[in-house]
Amino acid sequence: MKIENVVCPFCGCLCDDIVVEVEDSRITAVKNACASGRSLFLNAHTQAVQPKVNGEEVDWPQAIDAAARILNDAASPLIYGLSSTASEAQRKAIALADLLGATIDSTSSVCHGPTTIGIQNQGEPTCTLGEVKHRADLLIFWGCNPAEAHQRHFSRYSALAKGKLTPNGRKDRTVVVVDVRPTASSRRADIFLQVRPGCDFEVLAALRALLKGQHLDVDEVGGVGVVQLQDLVERMKSCRFGMIFFGMGVTQTGGKHLNVAELLTLVAELNAYTRFTTMPMRGHGNVAGADSTLTWQTGYPFAVNFARGYPQYNPGEFTAVDVLARGEADAALIIASDPVAHFPRQAAQRLSQIPTIVLDPEINLTAQVARVMLPTAIYGVSAAGTAYRMDNVPLPLKKVVESPRPTDEQVLDWMIERVKTCLA
Amino acid sequence: MLGIINGEVYDPRNGINGEVRDIWIEGGKIVSAPAASPPELGGTEGGRDAAEIIDATGLVVMPGGVDIHSHIVGAKVNAGRKFRPEDHRDHVRSRTSLGPPFRGEVRGATRSGSGYTVPSTYMTGYLYAEMGYTTVMEAATAPLVARHTHEELEDTPILDKGVFITMGNNHFIMNCIRNGQREKARDYVAWLLEATKGYAIKIVNPGGVENWKWGRNVSELDDEVIGFGVTPRQIVTTLAWINDELGLPHVPHIHAINLGQSGNARTTVEMIEALEGRRAHFCHLQFLSYGGKPGKRLRSGAAEVARAVNEHPNITIDVGQIIFGPATTMTSDGPLQYRLHQLTGNKWLNDDVEGETGGGVVPMQYKRNNPFNAVQWLTGMELFLLIDDPWRVFLTTDHPNAGPFFYYPQVIKLLMDRDYRAEMLAGIHHRARKGALLAELDREYSLYEIAIITRAGTARALGLQNKGHLGVGADADVTIYAKLDDKEEMFARPRYVLKDGEVVVRDGRLVHERPGRTLYVTPPYDAGIEADLRTHFEECYTISFDNYPVAAEYLPHCEVVPCA
Repeated sequence: MKIENVVCPFCGCLCDDIVVEVEDSRITAVKNACASGRSLFLNAHTQAVQPKVNGEEVDWPQAIDAAARILNDAASPLIYGLSSTASEAQRKAIALADLLGATIDSTSSVCHGPTTIGIQNQGEPTCTLGEVKHRADLLIFWGCNPAEAHQRHFSRYSALAKGKLTPNGRKDRTVVVVDVRPTASSRRADIFLQVRPGCDFEVLAALRALLKGQHLDVDEVGGVGVVQLQDLVERMKSCRFGMIFFGMGVTQTGGKHLNVAELLTLVAELNAYTRFTTMPMRGHGNVAGADSTLTWQTGYPFAVNFARGYPQYNPGEFTAVDVLARGEADAALIIASDPVAHFPRQAAQRLSQIPTIVLDPEINLTAQVARVMLPTAIYGVSAAGTAYRMDNVPLPLKKVVESPRPTDEQVLDWMIERVKTCLA
Repeated sequence: MLGIINGEVYDPRNGINGEVRDIWIEGGKIVSAPAASPPELGGTEGGRDAAEIIDATGLVVMPGGVDIHSHIVGAKVNAGRKFRPEDHRDHVRSRTSLGPPFRGEVRGATRSGSGYTVPSTYMTGYLYAEMGYTTVMEAATAPLVARHTHEELEDTPILDKGVFITMGNNHFIMNCIRNGQREKARDYVAWLLEATKGYAIKIVNPGGVENWKWGRNVSELDDEVIGFGVTPRQIVTTLAWINDELGLPHVPHIHAINLGQSGNARTTVEMIEALEGRRAHFCHLQFLSYGGKPGKRLRSGAAEVARAVNEHPNITIDVGQIIFGPATTMTSDGPLQYRLHQLTGNKWLNDDVEGETGGGVVPMQYKRNNPFNAVQWLTGMELFLLIDDPWRVFLTTDHPNAGPFFYYPQVIKLLMDRDYRAEMLAGIHHRARKGALLAELDREYSLYEIAIITRAGTARALGLQNKGHLGVGADADVTIYAKLDDKEEMFARPRYVLKDGEVVVRDGRLVHERPGRTLYVTPPYDAGIEADLRTHFEECYTISFDNYPVAAEYLPHCEVVPCA
């Protein structure tokens, strides 16, 4: 059976033109997807697996009971992850956090959390990816490497895409890459500006100064010649529709949200000359959805704490790394994420010291230290749901193969009911 | 069965003006009075004696409030929430356990939330219900992100809701107009409403939002939309024709051109006249009723616009009354939001949506002692008082653009109490006050008229046959108020609110949470249009045609409202 227009849940591009062939409930072929997407579909684990408590296989009611007791006994539980699950499950996870008085945080806090803080300071002139495809004649990729991290971004949405005002695709656009080292993306750019590591803020500030007609009495800023910067400013002012895509090279280097705020201010100011927009290159398939669901239910996009009965927001205090590293979290529920593999050592260690519950299709590193392992279906492969693309366009994830495993949403629903009866 | 007995009933749709009546409810609907069965006859099952009774003696009974225009959910609202943590920090709501049926000390019977001008979804549902409103229309959603809107609606409890779909800058429609294919545009609109599970056609700054993608705008009805060769006039008149053709329950819901600019009263009146008798609703008209010369000092142009509204019975309007204090402006009118950012220096969010529309968000603070804001405030008041027919002027604050919805009780007091109004007028900037027509207007709204501008009239304009009245067959959405002299206090804390016949609020506090329904339309269309649409999607969108429509699973609680 051939299934068309399948949405790939892997990265923030959410390409929705994937063709999947299924025979006897097994995926046998994947068309149009990039290497990462193809691998996701072809290697998906969908077979029945029993949940485990303390390494022992148990049935689902026993596992849910154990998980609910851990969460209920905790004084300061943490719920973390969310970016690779569907928004339906994210909404349940937030409901559970509200019920428990827990802290809830998504992987945003270790990727584009500083972007959110920058936007909270300066706003964000942005657009959907179709506007980039059809209008943008100047594309700047700053601190990101889509050629390797968002492999179909160039062809579907940006550098190579053929749109209404850009019928010749790549020929109708100027592509600029700003990064600290040459990358696969910079090799495909018209202009590559190599910034000295940690100097993004200085370069952005210099661009703002030049835009305002200020004279800089230096030859270079942050490793980039002023002549090159002046040239870029002229291109920015004179383009028809400009776009800066930015990644963790901007958000996770020194200055963090200050870099982002400077970039957002530059883009806003450029609108006095022409239309200019910007967009963070979101990594995980539904990390944008995690920001959205948390915001509509609590008012805040990440780092939310319910201990006082109402939502409080404070990155640095209620972000998962900090709550773990300070030893405050005394139980953790990790949903569709692998913090033990990615967090700083102190935070990762804490996860092996406290009772941790993992909801994930894979036995990842975190699952290996977890007290309760709940194997679930994969959204976009063996479960239907909703994911938000990097430009916040929501797309329906399909169930292309059957799986005996429950979805994250179902498991969280069971947990909520069990916690309620524990409390009653 | 439930009876609300001996209440002073205001039900303008059925001509009931403060008479003492009993209201009977069964199965979520208003029903006719059961036969009285005196005790000596032993009573009959399901009869009056078996009914649960709310004694409304001395209380005011009205249908549940119906809001015709409010931004409560979806991409723009959520972007506003996301980038305004400063709005939420001091305005929070704790999770609670409720009375029956949640007694038993289960925590989390209601959800927590935060936000002042942009409250989170659960909190929005609770706050509206606690103000006696049971139906709210979300005023604008870009079709491409309608799925998001419906996800949020499902997390907005108690209220019945509908979504207006922005179409005034839609490429497919503008192409049809250019090519003289009105019927094709009609079929597309019908398809689009079904695909997005929308309720009505929304038009925002027709043509101006598309031009903003070139850094431009429109300022006259006959300005050209870049790349399409059509005009705002053509867009509005075509969509008004389509609306009538499809027999949609509501009329085209129009945010006209030049919003917020001096002298826009002229283009607003021109747009009313351009409709040539076709029905339409003009929203937040306060922002579109300014006199003075373009670019010069702002003056009220309410008299000019109110005259046009009075002369055109095909037009309804809502006011968008300014509330002094914090607000968050959010609209699909992209160029307007850029202008507000330039004007105020406040942070600016912009979101252009491919082939369809755009939008922006800018925080705002309306101040009494700011001459510009003071003129805006009195312009809204003048519209309320100068438009003669209460069935055609409705109470809104264009939440959260002119102020938060929970200030409606203050606006009601301003309309019902001229002394209070004079006191407010005395407190605004002297330059705005000087020579203001408002000082001469001593009209006071009656409770009957308030019931029209907050429920009966809005329900009628929306084409909601079962809402905004208490006749037999209506949805049993009922609000019961204490009769107080201070009308702000009276309308801020209803004694009871019933949704579908169940008590959800008592003494201004939520006592029972239940889901509301999403109302949408399914007008018929020629399925042949889908072939054209597939090509259009391949050329214009970054998502496939098949992944665009919002599936029924997104609306577990819904109701289809029939077209004529």
